[in-house]
Amino acid sequence: MNRMESLLLFIYLIASITFILGLKMLSNPKTARKGNTVAALGMGIAIIGTILLYTNDAGDHLGNHVWIIGGLAIGGVIGTLSAKNVKMTAMPQMVSLFNGMGGACAALISIIEFKHLVHDFKPELYAGGGYTYFSTLDGGVLLVILAGLIIGSVSFAGSMIAWAKLDGRLNDYAFNGQHIVNIFMLIFTIGLSCMILFLRPEETITFFYAILALSALYGILFVLPIGGADMPVVISLLNSFTGIAAACGGFLYDNSAMLTGGILVGAAGTLLTVLMCNAMNRSLLNVLIGSFGASAQANQSAGAQGTYKEMSISDAAVLMSYSSKVVIVPGYGLAVAQAQHACHELEKLLADKGVEVTYAIHPVAGRMPGHMNVLLAEADVPYEKLKEMEEINDEFPSIDVVLVLGANDVVNPAAKTDPSSPIYGMPILDVELAKHVIVNKRSMKPGYAGIENELFFRPKTSMLFGDSKKVLQDLIAEIKNL
Amino acid sequence: MEQILQWFAEHQDMIYIVILMVFVGIEVIGRVPSVLHTPLMSGANAIHGVVIIGAIIVMGNADPEDITALILGFLAVILGTLNVVGGFVVTDRMLEMFNKKK
Repeated sequence: MNRMESLLLFIYLIASITFILGLKMLSNPKTARKGNTVAALGMGIAIIGTILLYTNDAGDHLGNHVWIIGGLAIGGVIGTLSAKNVKMTAMPQMVSLFNGMGGACAALISIIEFKHLVHDFKPELYAGGGYTYFSTLDGGVLLVILAGLIIGSVSFAGSMIAWAKLDGRLNDYAFNGQHIVNIFMLIFTIGLSCMILFLRPEETITFFYAILALSALYGILFVLPIGGADMPVVISLLNSFTGIAAACGGFLYDNSAMLTGGILVGAAGTLLTVLMCNAMNRSLLNVLIGSFGASAQANQSAGAQGTYKEMSISDAAVLMSYSSKVVIVPGYGLAVAQAQHACHELEKLLADKGVEVTYAIHPVAGRMPGHMNVLLAEADVPYEKLKEMEEINDEFPSIDVVLVLGANDVVNPAAKTDPSSPIYGMPILDVELAKHVIVNKRSMKPGYAGIENELFFRPKTSMLFGDSKKVLQDLIAEIKNL
Repeated sequence: MEQILQWFAEHQDMIYIVILMVFVGIEVIGRVPSVLHTPLMSGANAIHGVVIIGAIIVMGNADPEDITALILGFLAVILGTLNVVGGFVVTDRMLEMFNKKK
């Protein structure tokens, strides 16, 4: 082992440590940002080290530097620009998109290495020997290549579907027996892989590309029926898939940085997925199989229909100005309308009038956990004003007015009372205990889970229809005129 | 089958790494508050972008005559870089907003 190689191994060790440290720091609010930077630095030295110091088995350095640098430059520029310009509301789909890129990268590596492996063999040497030349391929390498191919393409295709759904380009889609088809496809894919691994048939190359196509199709069908509201959980799961795909590359190249980074994310991602499910009080299986859409339709026909009452802007303004305690419950509607600044302005205005205003943050409000915190932080809402669900739920009976801004499922009392509801058991904000509830939403359409919300029909509830930003601006103008 | 067993024997130190890393990964983020779920997911997403190293190796070893390998490798490098750079930048943007509140 020459000096360069040892140095590279040392660099990989440092990179692995930064990944572990970075992840550790990312799970604490105080150190999170630094943790991200630490991991990024580790990644940077690992990349530079690989380009400069890597030598293959024959002792040759890497060639094609123009291609490598060119690819890094193109990817770097596009990545930075798109990440810098993405709107806060579009953050989750951006993460999904980047995750898909990683999956595709892992799958591509598998394809190239497979071509490499097959290409190096000369069929004429093995002709007439009673066995095909594929039988001499290294089984372990094939195993890793196939695992990288399958996991990478499932992750890529799934992430693309998750991205399209969150971006509103695609609706939930399910057909009868889809789960059976999915399971069958998975078994078939694994079966084909086992045939390649153990039997090495003449059609090995055809099988390989069939596996590629099947895995991608599986990824699509796996994510399609899952409700849009559950996409963060799915993205987190696919995230851990990509981690494992990256680790396969670690085996392929005996590369410990890829191995530690990949497996670390695979394990942490899986745990994170489970934690996210716990926050919604649902099991992972329930998220993956029990698609929201189907049960919601049944619910809607029997749903709580009734009369709701509308409220005028000026009534709402008067009611809030003369209250002593107001709680704002932000939801996805606020994010879509980009109304966080208007919201903060209203809060300051009310505070000037002596009203005590706080925000009630449900852990899964919006499209991703922490979505509301990020959004309100963007508008400079002081951290102390944000109350977590457990903290504020006991206070609701003493609250005069709750202003629900574009939130729906997280304040749906059916989660506590109706065992047939798909969100039954999810902890919610007990806003119905407050003296008045003002709900702002664009129309009476149900929320993301597709279920009716009986809160809207309660006598204490008044509806304030319209785009959050517009309504808030009108409210602000009205309160100023009082 | 024999080959695969042999492969396991040859790579046993790596398999040990895998097992240890599974526990490290779980332990390290065990107590994350739900507020940080998304930035953590995004940060982890960037870390698995380490697959870029594989893409660089593939690209660097590609035969300059083999156009398919060059193009596929080039694509892999671009996609991997997108994952790494985009992932870290997006995470930083999310966390930047968290920090401002202090």
